[in-house]
Amino acid sequence: MNIDKKIVDDLVANDVSFITTVPCKQLAGVIEEVDRREGILHVPSNKEDEGMGLCAGAWMGGKRPAIIMQNTAIGVTINTLATLIQYYRMPLPMLISYRGELREPVACQVEMAVHTKALLAQLNIPTYHFHHQSDAAELDEILKYTFMCNKPVAILTDANFWGGYGDQ
Amino acid sequence: MIRSEILREIAPILRDQLVICNIGIPSQELHAIDDQPSNFYMLGTMGLASSIGLGLALAQPKTVIAIDGDGSVLTNLGTLPTIANNVADNYILLIIDNGSYGSTGDQPTYAGKKTSLAAVAQACGCERVIECQAEDTGAVLQAAIDARQMTVIVCKCDSGNAKMPVITMDPVVIKDRFMKAVQA
Ligand SMILES: Cc1ncc(C[n+]2csc(CCOP(=O)(O)OP(=O)(O)O)c2C)c(N)n1
Ligand SMILES: [Mg+2]
Repeated sequence: MNIDKKIVDDLVANDVSFITTVPCKQLAGVIEEVDRREGILHVPSNKEDEGMGLCAGAWMGGKRPAIIMQNTAIGVTINTLATLIQYYRMPLPMLISYRGELREPVACQVEMAVHTKALLAQLNIPTYHFHHQSDAAELDEILKYTFMCNKPVAILTDANFWGGYGDQ
Repeated sequence: MIRSEILREIAPILRDQLVICNIGIPSQELHAIDDQPSNFYMLGTMGLASSIGLGLALAQPKTVIAIDGDGSVLTNLGTLPTIANNVADNYILLIIDNGSYGSTGDQPTYAGKKTSLAAVAQACGCERVIECQAEDTGAVLQAAIDARQMTVIVCKCDSGNAKMPVITMDPVVIKDRFMKAVQA
Protein backbone atom coordinates (compact mmCIF):
# COMPACT_ATOMS: atom_id res chain seq x y z
CA MET A 1 0.00 0.00 0.00
CA ASN A 2 1.10 3.54 -0.75
CA ILE A 3 2.68 4.95 2.44
CA ASP A 4 1.43 8.52 1.93
CA LYS A 5 -2.11 7.22 1.60
CA LYS A 6 -1.73 4.99 4.68
CA ILE A 7 -0.52 7.91 6.82
CA VAL A 8 -3.36 10.18 5.76
CA ASP A 9 -5.90 7.35 6.16
CA ASP A 10 -4.77 6.97 9.78
CA LEU A 11 -5.05 10.73 10.37
CA VAL A 12 -8.57 10.76 8.95
CA ALA A 13 -9.57 7.65 10.91
CA ASN A 14 -8.51 9.49 14.07
CA ASP A 15 -10.66 12.52 13.20
CA VAL A 16 -7.75 14.79 12.36
CA SER A 17 -9.39 17.48 10.24
CA PHE A 18 -6.99 20.46 10.45
CA ILE A 19 -3.45 20.12 9.15
CA THR A 20 -0.73 22.71 8.76
CA THR A 21 2.49 22.06 6.86
CA VAL A 22 5.87 23.48 6.01
CA PRO A 23 7.29 21.30 3.23
CA CYS A 24 10.26 18.99 3.14
CA LYS A 25 11.22 17.09 0.01
CA GLN A 26 10.43 13.85 1.80
CA LEU A 27 6.98 15.05 2.83
CA ALA A 28 5.87 16.12 -0.66
CA GLY A 29 3.79 13.00 -1.24
CA VAL A 30 2.01 13.08 2.09
CA ILE A 31 1.22 16.80 1.70
CA GLU A 32 -0.25 16.11 -1.77
CA GLU A 33 -2.36 13.37 -0.23
CA VAL A 34 -3.58 15.77 2.51
CA ASP A 35 -4.65 18.20 -0.22
CA ARG A 36 -6.67 15.47 -1.91
CA ARG A 37 -8.87 14.82 1.14
CA GLU A 38 -12.19 16.64 1.38
CA GLY A 39 -12.45 16.19 5.14
CA ILE A 40 -9.15 17.90 5.94
CA LEU A 41 -8.66 21.65 6.09
CA HIS A 42 -5.05 22.20 4.98
CA VAL A 43 -3.62 25.59 6.02
CA PRO A 44 0.03 25.87 5.00
CA SER A 45 2.06 28.02 7.39
CA ASN A 46 5.15 30.13 6.78
CA LYS A 47 6.96 29.03 9.92
CA GLU A 48 6.33 26.08 12.17
CA ASP A 49 5.70 28.08 15.35
CA GLU A 50 3.02 29.96 13.47
CA GLY A 51 1.64 26.57 12.42
CA MET A 52 1.48 25.44 16.03
CA GLY A 53 -0.50 28.59 16.87
CA LEU A 54 -2.98 27.70 14.11
CA CYS A 55 -3.22 24.16 15.51
CA ALA A 56 -3.85 25.45 19.05
CA GLY A 57 -6.71 27.60 17.77
CA ALA A 58 -8.19 24.78 15.70
CA TRP A 59 -8.07 22.47 18.71
CA MET A 60 -9.91 24.97 20.89
CA GLY A 61 -12.41 25.37 18.05
CA GLY A 62 -13.20 21.67 18.12
CA LYS A 63 -11.01 20.26 15.37
CA ARG A 64 -8.24 17.73 15.91
CA PRO A 65 -5.05 19.22 14.46
CA ALA A 66 -1.71 17.91 13.20
CA ILE A 67 1.47 19.53 11.95
CA ILE A 68 3.70 18.14 9.22
CA MET A 69 7.23 19.57 9.24
CA GLN A 70 10.97 18.89 9.02
CA ASN A 71 13.08 18.08 12.11
CA THR A 72 14.99 21.36 11.67
CA ALA A 73 11.75 22.97 12.86
CA ILE A 74 12.33 21.64 16.37
CA GLY A 75 14.86 24.45 16.60
CA VAL A 76 12.16 26.94 15.60
CA THR A 77 9.38 25.73 17.88
CA ILE A 78 10.84 25.00 21.34
CA ASN A 79 9.36 28.10 22.95
CA THR A 80 5.96 27.43 21.39
CA LEU A 81 5.99 23.78 22.42
CA ALA A 82 6.85 24.66 26.03
CA THR A 83 4.77 27.82 26.59
CA LEU A 84 1.72 27.12 24.40
CA ILE A 85 1.19 23.46 23.53
CA GLN A 86 2.53 21.95 26.76
CA TYR A 87 1.66 24.78 29.15
CA TYR A 88 -2.01 24.77 28.13
CA ARG A 89 -2.01 20.95 27.67
CA MET A 90 -3.01 20.56 24.07
CA PRO A 91 -2.61 17.48 21.89
CA LEU A 92 -0.47 17.86 18.77
CA PRO A 93 0.72 15.02 16.56
CA MET A 94 3.87 16.16 14.75
CA LEU A 95 4.73 14.15 11.63
CA ILE A 96 8.38 15.03 11.13
CA SER A 97 10.78 14.22 8.33
CA TYR A 98 14.01 13.26 10.06
CA ARG A 99 16.66 14.73 7.81
CA GLY A 100 20.37 14.22 8.40
CA GLU A 101 20.14 10.47 9.10
CA LEU A 102 21.56 7.54 7.08
CA ARG A 103 21.45 8.12 3.28
CA GLU A 104 21.36 11.92 3.76
CA PRO A 105 23.11 13.71 0.87
CA VAL A 106 23.14 17.24 2.40
CA ALA A 107 25.77 17.62 5.14
CA CYS A 108 24.16 20.59 6.82
CA GLN A 109 21.06 18.52 7.64
CA VAL A 110 23.18 16.42 10.01
CA GLU A 111 23.78 19.46 12.21
CA MET A 112 20.16 19.52 13.46
CA ALA A 113 19.75 15.74 13.23
CA VAL A 114 22.29 15.26 16.01
CA HIS A 115 20.24 17.52 18.29
CA THR A 116 16.77 16.34 17.35
CA LYS A 117 16.22 13.47 19.77
CA ALA A 118 18.07 15.22 22.60
CA LEU A 119 15.86 18.30 22.29
CA LEU A 120 12.69 16.21 22.16
CA ALA A 121 13.86 14.23 25.20
CA GLN A 122 14.71 17.44 27.07
CA LEU A 123 11.14 18.62 26.41
CA ASN A 124 9.69 15.28 27.60
CA ILE A 125 7.98 14.86 24.25
CA PRO A 126 7.01 11.25 23.50
CA THR A 127 9.01 10.37 20.39
CA TYR A 128 8.60 7.55 17.85
CA HIS A 129 11.11 6.85 15.09
CA PHE A 130 9.94 5.20 11.86
CA HIS A 131 12.89 3.57 10.07
CA HIS A 132 11.07 0.89 8.06
CA GLN A 133 7.71 1.30 6.34
CA SER A 134 6.32 -1.46 8.56
CA ASP A 135 6.90 0.86 11.57
CA ALA A 136 3.99 2.95 10.34
CA ALA A 137 1.68 0.17 11.52
CA GLU A 138 1.87 1.93 14.91
CA LEU A 139 0.72 5.32 13.63
CA ASP A 140 -2.92 4.66 14.48
CA GLU A 141 -1.96 3.81 18.09
CA ILE A 142 0.33 6.84 18.33
CA LEU A 143 -2.49 9.15 17.25
CA LYS A 144 -4.88 7.62 19.77
CA TYR A 145 -2.19 8.02 22.45
CA THR A 146 -1.65 11.70 21.52
CA PHE A 147 -5.33 12.60 21.87
CA MET A 148 -5.61 10.50 25.03
CA CYS A 149 -2.81 12.34 26.88
CA ASN A 150 -3.15 15.86 25.38
CA LYS A 151 0.54 16.24 24.64
CA PRO A 152 2.66 17.07 21.63
CA VAL A 153 4.01 13.79 20.22
CA ALA A 154 6.82 13.49 17.67
CA ILE A 155 6.86 10.93 14.85
CA LEU A 156 10.28 11.02 13.23
CA THR A 157 10.37 9.53 9.74
CA ASP A 158 13.87 9.03 8.35
CA ALA A 159 15.22 8.65 4.82
CA ASN A 160 15.18 4.88 4.99
CA PHE A 161 11.47 5.03 5.84
CA TRP A 162 10.80 7.18 2.76
CA GLY A 163 12.98 4.97 0.54
CA GLY A 164 16.03 7.23 0.21
CA TYR A 165 16.31 10.43 -1.79
CA GLY A 166 15.61 9.24 -5.32
CA ASP A 167 17.94 10.93 -7.77
CA GLN A 168 19.93 12.94 -5.18
CA MET B 1 -5.30 57.20 24.39
CA ILE B 2 -3.31 54.22 25.62
CA ARG B 3 -4.12 50.50 25.25
CA SER B 4 -5.90 50.15 28.60
CA GLU B 5 -8.25 53.03 27.78
CA ILE B 6 -9.11 51.41 24.44
CA LEU B 7 -9.72 48.04 26.12
CA ARG B 8 -11.99 49.68 28.68
CA GLU B 9 -13.97 51.32 25.91
CA ILE B 10 -14.38 48.19 23.77
CA ALA B 11 -14.94 45.78 26.68
CA PRO B 12 -18.76 45.83 26.22
CA ILE B 13 -18.24 44.78 22.58
CA LEU B 14 -15.64 42.13 23.40
CA ARG B 15 -17.60 40.40 26.14
CA ASP B 16 -20.02 38.73 23.68
CA GLN B 17 -17.25 37.47 21.38
CA LEU B 18 -14.43 34.95 21.47
CA VAL B 19 -11.23 36.88 22.20
CA ILE B 20 -7.62 35.77 21.91
CA CYS B 21 -5.46 38.29 23.75
CA ASN B 22 -1.80 39.15 23.26
CA ILE B 23 0.89 38.22 25.81
CA GLY B 24 1.88 40.40 28.73
CA ILE B 25 0.26 43.63 29.87
CA PRO B 26 -2.50 43.53 27.18
CA SER B 27 -3.84 40.29 28.71
CA GLN B 28 -3.35 41.62 32.25
CA GLU B 29 -5.32 44.73 31.38
CA LEU B 30 -8.17 42.87 29.68
CA HIS B 31 -8.30 40.38 32.56
CA ALA B 32 -8.52 43.18 35.14
CA ILE B 33 -11.01 45.28 33.16
CA ASP B 34 -13.48 42.53 32.22
CA ASP B 35 -12.48 38.92 32.77
CA GLN B 36 -14.67 36.54 30.74
CA PRO B 37 -14.53 32.78 30.08
CA SER B 38 -14.63 33.73 26.40
CA ASN B 39 -11.23 35.42 26.75
CA PHE B 40 -8.15 33.33 26.01
CA TYR B 41 -5.16 34.97 27.66
CA MET B 42 -1.73 34.26 26.27
CA LEU B 43 0.67 33.89 29.16
CA GLY B 44 3.65 33.26 26.91
CA THR B 45 4.56 32.68 23.26
CA MET B 46 4.89 36.20 21.90
CA GLY B 47 3.54 36.54 18.37
CA LEU B 48 0.97 33.78 18.05
CA ALA B 49 -2.29 35.49 19.08
CA SER B 50 -3.19 36.16 15.45
CA SER B 51 -2.39 32.55 14.46
CA ILE B 52 -4.40 31.03 17.31
CA GLY B 53 -7.27 33.34 16.41
CA LEU B 54 -7.17 32.33 12.75
CA GLY B 55 -7.08 28.61 13.57
CA LEU B 56 -10.03 29.08 15.89
CA ALA B 57 -12.02 31.07 13.31
CA LEU B 58 -11.39 28.47 10.60
CA ALA B 59 -12.46 25.63 12.90
CA GLN B 60 -15.85 26.95 14.07
CA PRO B 61 -18.45 29.58 13.07
CA LYS B 62 -18.47 32.09 15.96
CA THR B 63 -16.83 35.50 15.59
CA VAL B 64 -13.22 35.58 16.81
CA ILE B 65 -11.35 38.75 17.71
CA ALA B 66 -7.59 38.42 18.06
CA ILE B 67 -6.18 41.38 19.98
CA ASP B 68 -2.54 41.63 19.02
CA GLY B 69 0.26 44.15 19.38
CA ASP B 70 2.49 45.76 16.76
CA GLY B 71 5.60 44.13 18.22
CA SER B 72 4.00 40.71 18.24
CA VAL B 73 2.78 41.01 14.65
CA LEU B 74 6.26 42.11 13.60
CA THR B 75 7.77 39.03 15.25
CA ASN B 76 5.32 36.76 13.38
CA LEU B 77 4.94 38.69 10.12
CA GLY B 78 4.36 35.41 8.30
CA THR B 79 0.91 35.40 9.86
CA LEU B 80 -0.41 38.09 7.50
CA PRO B 81 -0.04 36.09 4.24
CA THR B 82 -1.60 33.09 5.97
CA ILE B 83 -4.55 35.21 7.11
CA ALA B 84 -4.94 36.76 3.65
CA ASN B 85 -4.93 33.42 1.85
CA ASN B 86 -7.22 31.54 4.26
CA VAL B 87 -10.20 33.83 4.48
CA ALA B 88 -12.40 33.37 7.55
CA ASP B 89 -15.21 35.91 7.56
CA ASN B 90 -15.73 35.38 11.28
CA TYR B 91 -12.19 36.61 11.98
CA ILE B 92 -11.09 40.06 13.09
CA LEU B 93 -7.47 40.88 13.81
CA LEU B 94 -7.28 43.98 15.99
CA ILE B 95 -3.70 45.22 16.14
CA ILE B 96 -3.20 47.72 18.95
CA ASP B 97 -0.35 49.66 17.41
CA ASN B 98 1.25 51.74 20.13
CA GLY B 99 4.54 51.81 18.22
CA SER B 100 6.30 50.04 21.05
CA TYR B 101 7.01 46.87 22.94
CA GLY B 102 4.75 47.99 25.75
CA SER B 103 5.09 45.06 28.12
CA THR B 104 8.84 45.30 28.28
CA GLY B 105 9.14 49.02 28.91
CA ASP B 106 7.88 50.82 25.78
CA GLN B 107 10.94 50.27 23.60
CA PRO B 108 10.10 51.57 20.09
CA THR B 109 9.13 49.12 17.32
CA TYR B 110 9.58 49.71 13.60
CA ALA B 111 5.78 50.06 13.35
CA GLY B 112 6.18 53.37 15.15
CA LYS B 113 8.83 54.43 12.66
CA LYS B 114 8.75 53.87 8.88
CA THR B 115 6.80 50.60 8.74
CA SER B 116 3.04 50.67 8.19
CA LEU B 117 1.39 47.45 9.35
CA ALA B 118 -1.77 48.38 7.45
CA ALA B 119 0.24 48.66 4.23
CA VAL B 120 2.02 45.38 5.00
CA ALA B 121 -1.32 43.64 5.58
CA GLN B 122 -2.63 45.00 2.30
CA ALA B 123 0.49 43.94 0.44
CA CYS B 124 0.07 40.46 1.92
CA GLY B 125 -3.36 40.25 0.31
CA CYS B 126 -5.67 41.10 3.20
CA GLU B 127 -8.72 42.62 1.54
CA ARG B 128 -10.36 44.56 4.36
CA VAL B 129 -7.74 46.54 6.24
CA ILE B 130 -8.73 49.56 8.30
CA GLU B 131 -6.33 51.88 10.07
CA CYS B 132 -8.00 53.99 12.71
CA GLN B 133 -7.26 56.32 15.57
CA ALA B 134 -7.69 55.00 19.10
CA GLU B 135 -10.87 57.01 19.70
CA ASP B 136 -12.65 55.29 16.79
CA THR B 137 -11.76 51.70 17.70
CA GLY B 138 -15.16 50.81 19.17
CA ALA B 139 -17.11 51.97 16.12
CA VAL B 140 -14.68 50.32 13.67
CA LEU B 141 -14.71 47.07 15.61
CA GLN B 142 -18.51 46.93 15.83
CA ALA B 143 -18.77 47.65 12.09
CA ALA B 144 -16.34 44.80 11.37
CA ILE B 145 -18.39 42.39 13.50
CA ASP B 146 -21.59 43.45 11.74
CA ALA B 147 -20.00 43.21 8.29
CA ARG B 148 -19.13 39.53 8.83
CA GLN B 149 -16.11 39.96 6.61
CA MET B 150 -12.57 39.19 7.61
CA THR B 151 -11.05 42.45 8.79
CA VAL B 152 -7.65 43.61 9.94
CA ILE B 153 -7.85 46.72 12.11
CA VAL B 154 -4.70 48.68 12.89
CA CYS B 155 -5.49 50.96 15.80
CA LYS B 156 -2.92 53.72 16.24
CA CYS B 157 -2.56 54.77 19.85
CA ASP B 158 -0.15 56.11 22.43
CA SER B 159 2.41 54.06 24.24
CA GLY B 160 1.81 53.36 27.92
CA ASN B 161 0.62 50.71 30.34
CA ALA B 162 -1.85 50.56 33.21
CA LYS B 163 -0.66 48.92 36.42
CA MET B 164 -2.58 45.65 36.64
CA PRO B 165 -1.89 42.41 38.52
CA VAL B 166 -0.26 39.42 36.84
CA ILE B 167 -2.71 36.70 35.79
CA THR B 168 -2.37 33.82 38.23
CA MET B 169 -5.11 31.63 36.73
CA ASP B 170 -3.79 28.23 35.68
CA PRO B 171 -3.35 27.94 31.90
CA VAL B 172 -5.38 24.72 31.80
CA VAL B 173 -8.25 26.53 33.53
CA ILE B 174 -8.04 29.37 31.01
CA LYS B 175 -8.17 26.85 28.16
CA ASP B 176 -10.90 24.73 29.69
CA ARG B 177 -13.35 27.52 30.37
CA PHE B 178 -12.54 29.06 26.98
CA MET B 179 -13.30 25.80 25.16
CA LYS B 180 -16.61 25.56 27.05
CA ALA B 181 -17.42 29.12 25.94
CA VAL B 182 -16.62 28.14 22.34
CA GLN B 183 -19.02 25.19 22.57
CA ALA B 184 -21.79 27.06 24.45
C1 LIG C 1 10.36 35.26 22.20
C2 LIG C 1 10.11 36.38 23.11
N1 LIG C 1 10.88 37.50 23.04
C3 LIG C 1 10.62 38.53 23.85
C4 LIG C 1 9.62 38.47 24.78
C5 LIG C 1 9.37 39.62 25.73
N2 LIG C 1 8.13 40.33 25.39
C6 LIG C 1 6.96 40.05 26.01
S1 LIG C 1 5.70 41.04 25.55
C7 LIG C 1 6.73 41.89 24.52
C8 LIG C 1 6.24 43.10 23.79
C9 LIG C 1 5.12 42.87 22.86
O1 LIG C 1 4.83 44.08 22.21
P1 LIG C 1 3.47 44.31 21.48
O2 LIG C 1 3.01 43.04 20.84
O3 LIG C 1 3.57 45.51 20.63
O4 LIG C 1 2.43 44.54 22.68
P2 LIG C 1 2.23 45.83 23.62
O5 LIG C 1 2.66 45.40 24.98
O6 LIG C 1 3.01 46.95 23.07
O7 LIG C 1 0.76 46.09 23.56
C10 LIG C 1 8.04 41.37 24.54
C11 LIG C 1 9.14 41.91 23.74
C12 LIG C 1 8.87 37.29 24.82
N3 LIG C 1 7.85 37.12 25.67
N4 LIG C 1 9.12 36.27 23.99
MG1 LIG D 1 3.05 47.47 20.99
